[in-house]
Parts: sequence; structure tokens; C-alpha cells
Amino acid sequence: MSAIASTIFSPELAARFDKLVTLYPLKRSALIPMLLYAQDEVGYVSDACVAEIAQRLDLLELDVRNVLSYYSMLRTVPAGKYNVQVCTNISCMLRGGFELLDHCKHKLGIGHKGVTPDGLFSLEEVECIGACCWAPAVQVNYDFHDDLTPAKMDVILESYRNGNGKPESVDKEAV
Amino acid sequence: MPDVNFIVDGQKLTAPAGTLLIDACKSAGIEIPAFCYYPGLSLQAACRMCVVRIEKQPKLATACTTTVAEGMVVHTENPEIAQARKATLQLLLGNHPLDCPVCDAGGECELQDMTFKYGAADSFYAEPKNHREEQKWSPVVYFDRPRCILCYRCVRMCGEGMDVFALGIQNRGSSSVIAPNVPAQLSPENIPNLDCEQCGMCIDACPVGALTSGTYRYKTRPWEMNHVATVCTHCGDGCKTTLGVRSVANGSEIVRGDNRDKSGINGDFLCNKGRYAFDFANNIERLTSPLMRKDGKLKPVSWEEALTFAGTRLRELRDQRGPQSIGVIGSNRLTNEENYLLQKFARSVIGTNNIDHHRTADFVTLAAALRGSSKRFASQHCVEKAPALLVIGGDPTTQAPLTAWNLRTNVRNKNARLYIANHADIKLRRQAKAAVTLDFAGYGAFADYLAGDDSTANAASPDTDALAKFRDALRAEEKLIIVLGNEVRGSTIARLVDTFPTSKFALLSDYVNSRGAADMGVMPDVLPGYQLVGAHAFVEEYKSPETPGLNLVEMFDAALARELAALYVVGSNPVARYNVDPATLANTFLIVQDLFLTETALLADVVFPASNLYEKSGSVTNSYGDVQLVSKAADKSGTRSDFELIVRLADKFGHEIKQLVPFGKGLRADMGQTRGAQSGEADRHSVWLTANNLEPKLSPFDPFAILDEIQRLVPGYDKLLRLQLLSGNDQHIAPSAGDLVQIANRNDLVLPSHDTLFTSGSLTRFSPQLQDVQRHQSREVADHLAAD
Repeated sequence: MSAIASTIFSPELAARFDKLVTLYPLKRSALIPMLLYAQDEVGYVSDACVAEIAQRLDLLELDVRNVLSYYSMLRTVPAGKYNVQVCTNISCMLRGGFELLDHCKHKLGIGHKGVTPDGLFSLEEVECIGACCWAPAVQVNYDFHDDLTPAKMDVILESYRNGNGKPESVDKEAV
Repeated sequence: MPDVNFIVDGQKLTAPAGTLLIDACKSAGIEIPAFCYYPGLSLQAACRMCVVRIEKQPKLATACTTTVAEGMVVHTENPEIAQARKATLQLLLGNHPLDCPVCDAGGECELQDMTFKYGAADSFYAEPKNHREEQKWSPVVYFDRPRCILCYRCVRMCGEGMDVFALGIQNRGSSSVIAPNVPAQLSPENIPNLDCEQCGMCIDACPVGALTSGTYRYKTRPWEMNHVATVCTHCGDGCKTTLGVRSVANGSEIVRGDNRDKSGINGDFLCNKGRYAFDFANNIERLTSPLMRKDGKLKPVSWEEALTFAGTRLRELRDQRGPQSIGVIGSNRLTNEENYLLQKFARSVIGTNNIDHHRTADFVTLAAALRGSSKRFASQHCVEKAPALLVIGGDPTTQAPLTAWNLRTNVRNKNARLYIANHADIKLRRQAKAAVTLDFAGYGAFADYLAGDDSTANAASPDTDALAKFRDALRAEEKLIIVLGNEVRGSTIARLVDTFPTSKFALLSDYVNSRGAADMGVMPDVLPGYQLVGAHAFVEEYKSPETPGLNLVEMFDAALARELAALYVVGSNPVARYNVDPATLANTFLIVQDLFLTETALLADVVFPASNLYEKSGSVTNSYGDVQLVSKAADKSGTRSDFELIVRLADKFGHEIKQLVPFGKGLRADMGQTRGAQSGEADRHSVWLTANNLEPKLSPFDPFAILDEIQRLVPGYDKLLRLQLLSGNDQHIAPSAGDLVQIANRNDLVLPSHDTLFTSGSLTRFSPQLQDVQRHQSREVADHLAAD
């Protein structure tokens, strides 16, 4: 049974949140994990999420929004089913990150923070995702794809479009 | 803390250990510029303007976060520091618009001053400025995002100072922005919105023009106004508000209210009403001509006609039907001098004790209970400084915002112990060390319980365990400042005074001079200084009757019974306030002096247009007994001060004026109290005169002439220092005559006004700003505030 009577989250997540607030000396320390889990379940941090999280942590909604707006990986509008995050920080930039980004923009027909009309893909230009050794790198939801070229990107996007998720491996010779 | 010695710019200084360098320098007259530092709020160290060179430290250090230390050698100005500050300014100006010529803050802007000082007008930033449209967050708060320098003063002021937490910081880095608590998508017009106490403290704290005031923005420039410090006319806390006035065709209008020099009893605080609700004075519905009822309708007439008619008719009625058939009603917003004069008018000109006012606190009982012990009246300064405080009843946050501000600041900065006993869940409980919930009607039982009567516990509070702990905590306190709301009256006050013999007491009232009206004896059974009717000194002075007169309620009963021949109402609206049936006054000759055609004025036979508190001089006494000077700021042609009107009416009544106002001992001239927009100069002039043992009491309309008599006759006010008063300082008086007798079974007739942060009695509906703010707040459906 959730600590909040009419929770907007699934019973599992509500139970997880109930436990989460007990793990820290200060309740509000649970704020960022809560926001992330809420985003994973709902798809974005909606006003209703903000309200319930504020209630769970005895914070003002304003406090939640202050933190929420600080982090670029937290979003307040729905993303596509597959959120394509292209890194353009220095290593990726040197190895073609921007070309990759432009290619995705062209291929998907959307810009930075855009969502395709069918809601399948969204595109984001992000800061370093920690895959510099295999630059350029792209993250789709929680999947990493590295050492990419525009051609390899097409294979990846196609695999997601067909509902096959992350391709096992992209044959370098095939492209 | 022990003192430490250190050197700043070659000057040997001494300050207690723990003092911030920036404060220590300020005390020594060395200015260190800072944007984010604000005295009394937490430290931010965000702006980097206060950097100084401390010897033996590798880098420049921020003076706002450095505490002074023994042997420290500091340089506050040198080329290196100037360069650092200039670089900071260039960074701040990188996105700051160059709209100083239209910005409200122009001329009063800390960024502008610093740019002038350090010459950072040139910029290395080639990027285009990031412009955003200004946003209206509420009727009184506007936000110009590009002007913001992110000093966080407003955020801290709102959170720490006001305990409202309506402002936050959102986004990150160069796109950081101050955000209000209602995001665009949740507000009716889809723009960000503020759901708060609308106090305007954020605007006051803003060092630049990022937050601007809805009432003042784009109206004028600071140097084009005259600034007159006077006392706010709204609640009973008596904040000093500095009114910016400028000349208009029909006098001078108020454009702005703020606390410019922070010299008043309120320091840097002002609430919504003190800052913005002066606009009733500029309302076009103000009466500007005397009115007389002719053929059943109120028609404008000349002053001479109206005064002659009112005076002679009053005289006729007095002579035909006797002085006991005439009633007089005073006001919570008149000055002490006017209220004193009015009761003297009733008692000596008409010859009746039928005088009363709308009472908002039981000051008579408090004065009687504290008789002979003048040291037990608490001042507003006690609330600001005392280590332990008990608040019984009332809700200072809404009814006495300065008291609440002082309590919060005292708890936050001085660790004061605050105890709250209240039937409601008031916001100040969040600062309380202990709080107990009382029964709505349990204040009397609570006083008895504190006195030791355990049998009353159940009647006092639903939680008797908490009550017992609360009492133990109070008993452990040696000295308490006890602030009483107006739920506490009569024998309850007396019981508390007996229970806490070492405590100081204060009683919260609802209007600027509620205390003054009581002190000045605007009551049927009590003379000035709470002396009983019949007191020797006054019988001789006034030749007034020795039996109590009719109180306000009895006057209307008498009117209904056709026994009240005439009623003189000054600055009060009893018909609305007491819900009087208009037919009651059908057979009473009614004279009303007011700003507007109120419900009472509508029934009058003669109406005189009066000035308000911002358009006259005199003194007022706040709930605590702190007396302050009221200076004439604005001017409205066609109105006259209540003081002048009372004197003129007495003259037309056929009374010898010199007996009413002891003015002019030979010379005849008006030294300025009645002079108009520039009377601020007259007040300054009178400082000089007083310092030289001279005073300008040359006009029968000079309130200071009657202040002489007040000082001679009213206990407590005899201690008033005239030079202090004229200098704009507050003085605490204790109006307790030694020979006051407790009045048994006296009906206190206290009618709390239940004003909120956005209402002020009958003035509410004449203040467009208060109306706007009420509308704004009523639309906020969601609960965005920590307060409730």
C-alpha cells in the first residue's frame, strides 16, 4: 500500500518510492532518483509527477521544479518511444558527432528536442555520455551505440523502427 | 565574542570575532560593494563584487563570507581589485540590456552605480544579448528577465525573510532564471505567476530593475519625486513608509511607497498595504467639495455654507435638546492630535461624554491591569530583540505583518524562543519552539490554566498533555514578551498580567492609530490616558460631565429611539461596520467627515471632504505604544485635514477657539503645517526651531499646539521628547496613570476588523491595487504555498 493514497504511479514504483524516502537522512535527498524513476515510467516528468513527488518529500512544487529544470536529462514533455541522444562533445565532435546529428535530423525529419509525428523517435543533442573511447557515440533510451557512421546509424534506426530493439551487431563490412 | 584587531586600508579596526569583514568595514565607514550580500539573510557569495585582497592569502577573497581575524591585513581598493570587479561587471553586463533610461531602477540601481564607479561600460562579449519579454507575475510584481543579475536576494528574501518560498531558481548556467511558484502551464493566462503574500519585498531587495512594482513601473524617475517619510495608515504596527510624491494639477499625488532609508521602526520591511495600498488617496472618487442635503439629495456647496450650517444647527440642537442628545464618533486612522481634539470637542464644546470609536483591542483593560508599572508595556523593538516571546491569539502574519516579520527574524537570526497559543493553525507556528492549539473559546480558560488552575485544562485545549508541557516551558522562561491578539480581552488580560509579573505586554490592534484613539480617550467612560471620567484634571479643563456617556452601540440605540439629536462622525464608517439599518439615523442630524461617500456619509446631512493620514501632520501611536511623527506627503485640493475641520466646526458652533487649541501666543502666522505639498520642508524647519527652543504653533490648525496640551494632561505622553518625534524616531510610551482603577464588568465592545493582508477596512474598496491583488489571489486555485 502506497504512502500516497491516490498515487499516479504503478504499485511497484509507488512501493519503491515509499522505501526510497526512508533511505536518506534527509527526505529530499530522494528527489533526483525519484524524478528519474518517474520519468522512466511515465515517459516524462509531468505536472502530476511533480505534485506527487513534492507531496512525498514534503517539498514545495517550486522546489521540485527548481531541481527538475537544472538537469538536462529530465524532461517535462513526452519524448518519442526511442529517444536518440547524439553526443557532440569534444571526442565525438572530432570523430563526426555533428555529421551524425545532422544525419539523424535529416533522416528523422526533426530537430533538437523534436519528436517524429508518429511518436516513435525523438532526437536530442547531448553533452558527454562517457563513451569517448568509442566516439562518436549515441544513446537510444538506455542503449549505447558507439563507433558510428551515418550508414551504421541507419541500420540502428531501422532496427528500432522495426521493433527489433538494439541490433546484435552492426556488420561493418555490410555498409 | 572577544574583539579582534585587524587593519583595513591602513586603518586599525576592532570588531567582535565572528563579524563578517563586509559588516566590520561598513561600521568603519569603508564601503565594499556587493550585489548578493544582504544583511540578515543567509550568505550566497554569488556575485564576486565584494572581493578584497587579504595579505598572505593566495587569491582575492569575498568579504561577505570572510570573518575578521586577529592580525588580518586587508586592502579593499587597489588596481587589482578594481580590475576584478570590473571583470565581474562586464560579465554581468554581458546580457544586461542598456535600458537604464527607461528602467525603474535607473538612478537607484546598484549595478548602475558600480558600472559608473568601475567603468565597465565596454564589453568583450560579441554575442547578441538574449532578450526576453517582461512578465507580469502578479498585479504588483513584474519580472524583466534580461535585467536580472542572479544575486538570489529575492529568493532568500521571500524564503527566509517572508517564510513564503514563492521564488526559486530554475535552469542552469547562463540560462538560469528566477522563477515564481506557479509555472506557466498551471496559470490561467499561461504565463508564470506568483501566489504569495504580495509584499513586494523581492522588489525592494532587487539591486537592479529585474523585479519592478506594478504600481510604480514606468511612471516617473526617483529624482523627480519628493520623498516624505511618514507612517502607514493601515494596520496597527506603525511601519514607516516613504512616499514618493509629485505635483499634479490638483495637488500632489503619491506615486510610490517604500522604505527608502530603512530608518523606521520596520527596518527594511513593508507589507503589501504599506508599499502599495496608498492608491486610495489618488482615487477619483475622493470627495473634494463639502456636500449638504438639499431636497433629499447631497449637493456640493461652499465650505462657508456647509460649515456655517453644520455649526449653527449643531448649536441649536445642543441648546434645544441638551448635550446628552449629541454623539461623536472618532477614528482609528486620525492622528493623536485629532482624536484628542475630537474628544475635547465632544467634552468641552458640546459638553457630553457621548464619544466612541470602532475599538479593535481592549486597551483599557491592559492599561488598567498594568497601572503604575510603566516598564511592562512592550515596544515593537521588544518583539525584534527579546529572547523569549509568547503570542496568544491573533494572526500576526496577516493582521500585523511587521510583528510577524520581527518574530521570524528574531527566531532566525537570534534564536529567540517563540511560543504560540492559538485556536487556529497560524503560519507563525512554523517558527515556534512550542505551540498549543486552544479551543476557539478557550482563551479565558487558558489564562486560568497558566495561572495554575488545572481544572480549566479541558476547556482551554483539546490536547491537555501539550498544554501541560507548554505551561512548563513558559514557567521556565524568566522574562517573556507577551503579545496578545484581540481574542484576548477583559479579565483574561488581567489574569495574564498577574500570572507573569516579570513580563512585558502588548496588545495587537487593527489600524494605524487604534492605540492612539484609546490613549486619547475617544471613549465614553475613559478620558485621555485611561483616566476615569470625572478625573479631577479634566473636569477643571473641560468642564465636562462626570458620568460616562453613550458608547457607539448605545448611540445607535438612542438614535432609533429618537433620542439622538445629532451625530458627528469623523473618519469612520459605523453604518457598514456595525451593520446599522439606515432608517436608524432618519431623525438624527448627521455630520460626516470622510474621504469617500461611505455608507455612513450617504446618510449624512452635511459631508466634509477630509484629508487622509498621508496628507496631514501629527503623531500616531502603534499597537505597542510607539509614537511616531506623521508628515504631510500628498495633497488633494478640495480636502481639509480633520484637525482643521474640527476647529472650524467649533468656531461656527460659537466656541472660543483659543480654549480649544492653545495656539499663538502673540504672533500670527502659519509656519507650514497646513501649507501643502512642501510641508516636508516645514517639518525639517521645525526640527531647527525645536532645537532652538522655538516652535511654530502660530495657527489654530497646527497639531503641535494641541500636542502641548496632550503632553501636559495625558500620562505617558508627558515623557515624549519633541525633538525625537520631529526627527522621525519612534518613542515608546506607557500610558499608565498611577490612580487608574480597574473597571468591573466593563463592556469592552471590541469588534475585530478581520482584515487580511489585502483588506483595510472601508478603504479596501477604494484601493484598486488591493482589489487587483484580491482578484489575483482568488484565482490561484492550486495550493502553491508552504504557508497553508
